[in-house]
Amino acid sequence: MAEISLRHVAKSYGRTPVVHAIDLEVAAGEFIVILGPSGCGKSTLLRMIAGLEAITAGEIAIGGRVVNDLEPRERGCAMVFQNYALYPHMTVADNIGYALKVAGVAKAERLARIEKVADALGLRDLLGRRPAQLSGGQRQRVAMGRAMIREPAVFLFDEPLSNLDAELRVRMRVEIRKLHDRLGATSIFVTHDQVEAMTLADRIVVLHGGRVEQIGTPYAIYHQPASHFVAGFIGSPAMNRLDGRVGPAATVVFADGTTIAVPDLDLPEGQAVTLGIRPEDLRVGSEAPEDGIRHRLAIDFVEHLGPAALVHGRFAGHDFVASVPRHIAFTVVEGLTFTMPVETMHLFDSTTGRRIGIDAARE
Amino acid sequence: MIERTPILNLVTQLVLFVGLVVALAPFVFVAIAATHDLRDVNLVPMPLLPGHNFIDNLATAWHRAGLGPKLVNSLIFAGGVAIGKVVVSAFTAYAIVFFRFPGRQLLFWSIFVTLMLPLEVRIVPTYAVAANVLGPYQAILDITGITSLVEALSGIRLDLQFGLLNSYPGLILPLVATATGTFLYRQFFLTLPDELVEAAKMDGAGPIRFFFDIVLPLSRNNIAALATIMFLWAWNQYLWPLLVTTEPEHATAVTALKSLIPNEGGIPEWNVAMAGTLIVMLPTLIVVIVMQRWFVRGLIASEK
Ligand SMILES: Nc1ncnc2c1ncn2[C@@H]1O[C@H](COP(=O)(O)OP(=O)(O)OP(=O)(O)O)[C@@H](O)[C@H]1O
Ligand SMILES: [Mg+2]
Repeated sequence: MAEISLRHVAKSYGRTPVVHAIDLEVAAGEFIVILGPSGCGKSTLLRMIAGLEAITAGEIAIGGRVVNDLEPRERGCAMVFQNYALYPHMTVADNIGYALKVAGVAKAERLARIEKVADALGLRDLLGRRPAQLSGGQRQRVAMGRAMIREPAVFLFDEPLSNLDAELRVRMRVEIRKLHDRLGATSIFVTHDQVEAMTLADRIVVLHGGRVEQIGTPYAIYHQPASHFVAGFIGSPAMNRLDGRVGPAATVVFADGTTIAVPDLDLPEGQAVTLGIRPEDLRVGSEAPEDGIRHRLAIDFVEHLGPAALVHGRFAGHDFVASVPRHIAFTVVEGLTFTMPVETMHLFDSTTGRRIGIDAARE
Repeated sequence: MIERTPILNLVTQLVLFVGLVVALAPFVFVAIAATHDLRDVNLVPMPLLPGHNFIDNLATAWHRAGLGPKLVNSLIFAGGVAIGKVVVSAFTAYAIVFFRFPGRQLLFWSIFVTLMLPLEVRIVPTYAVAANVLGPYQAILDITGITSLVEALSGIRLDLQFGLLNSYPGLILPLVATATGTFLYRQFFLTLPDELVEAAKMDGAGPIRFFFDIVLPLSRNNIAALATIMFLWAWNQYLWPLLVTTEPEHATAVTALKSLIPNEGGIPEWNVAMAGTLIVMLPTLIVVIVMQRWFVRGLIASEK
């Protein structure tokens, strides 16, 4: 177990900055997920922690020891690669045990530990096979075994599940979390899949363009996205985001004239803001309270998902989605009535993209 | 891919067959000529049914050209070149592909340039170096005036001498130092995924372990292919062994064949010459047959 500190860690390739001064404190035994779109620098960040990539600036400490100048093998991290990177000419047993062989562990002990790991991962019958003779899921487990056997202080995962089919991915996700809880190592897991992030993480680090957008628990990331970007990136379907301006008397006014009251709004009139609300937070149809401010959504098309329907339409001059539970009736011709509960609204500064704390007073 | 194209199949088979005949015909001709006696082999046209003197001819050729020791020489020579090539090219390619060091590009291009300078082109300077390996250094000392300085001061004339003529190193070393093998390996090493390198780093393997535990086992087929090609190539070398070995006991089998070829005005014993040729061909045939499985795999796609 080891805590990890990143202090102003940055990376540039030549002149191109890829990761901008990141600060992150990971507690010992914590499960951190680094989440972000493709190309945002997730892998780069992970590889800098592993020592596979030199850092351009800043400091990385693992277990209280600055590791900037240490080789990967001296950092006590184990890594699971996206494409598993198994040694093609070695058997499963040799793949798993290679780190021990390099470390000079005696053969008898090595075999015992390989068997223990193989048992834990259900690989016992496959120990004699070559990677080419394994299915994707089995290879993935071998890659995990290779990391586990070293009993590392830190596990690093770089999208280890992205090559698996949906069902296997869900199963391995659970396995990984169980493994983490059992071993108690510190884990850093890179993914671009928000469901993976939400289900696995103690805390999520949302990365965008090489910058940290937000660090927080899955709950906080979902319920209090710190920026316009996080709001749009987390949640499926994405949060509705309406660009408007602050109007008179605590309202937000949109280009088409729609006005929405946002109590407690205390901003200079005319400031550009983005109002956000999740499709599932709307109160729709017969559940829209009579005393609320009712809006009407002109429906373009409907996606039936089973438990709910996603209703797409236009509102306040923007594309807008509402999630309608299946017991609520509506017709495309009449459109959809809805209200926007104030406590579920999010407000962002349109120029900086940062969250504006309208909810500060409410919490 | 399974396709049913009977006509195409027929045509390809035919082309292959013609190729086989063209490739084998000279060989068959040599083999038949080696079985005739002096009279039959000189008939025009030569009878295409085998004669009865095969064993006699082999024995005559063997003794006349002293093939026993020469085959041993050839074996050491070609084997040495093959092994030397495999080792040197594997190391150079490893350094070029997996390490970032200053001058890497320069090194790469200087190796590349030597591809354009086959042995035949640089044979005179190579010979000079083989005759005295320290010659170039002597020249530097002479030109810079150090020789005369030392002579003036101490009265000793520096004369560096280290000749490799008529020795195995002299035969082998100049042929080892060429670029083809380096390129074969480089191309293969470049196909190894970066993640494999990184996984090994995470597992704690340093560069030397990585080379021996991972790179080398994965390049088994390439090693076999390169060793085969180089063995055959070295075995068939004529010019260089001829130049470097002035004493007959150091000659190779291929150069020894020369002594079997009838001189103008001599007895036209082509049957003996052909028998000698067969003997000299045999080791290469065996090598190809033994190695062909790996050889072919090494030259085509790598394992998945
Ligand atoms: N060796 C390199 N030289 C220059 N730029 C690089 C190099 N490696 C990565 N980059 C750039 O750095 C950025 C971040 O890359 P990185 O691999 O960390 O992305 P990622 O977040 O892991 O994306 P993905 O989800 O697609 O794996 C990308 O824009 C990429 O183009
Ligand atoms: Mg990546």
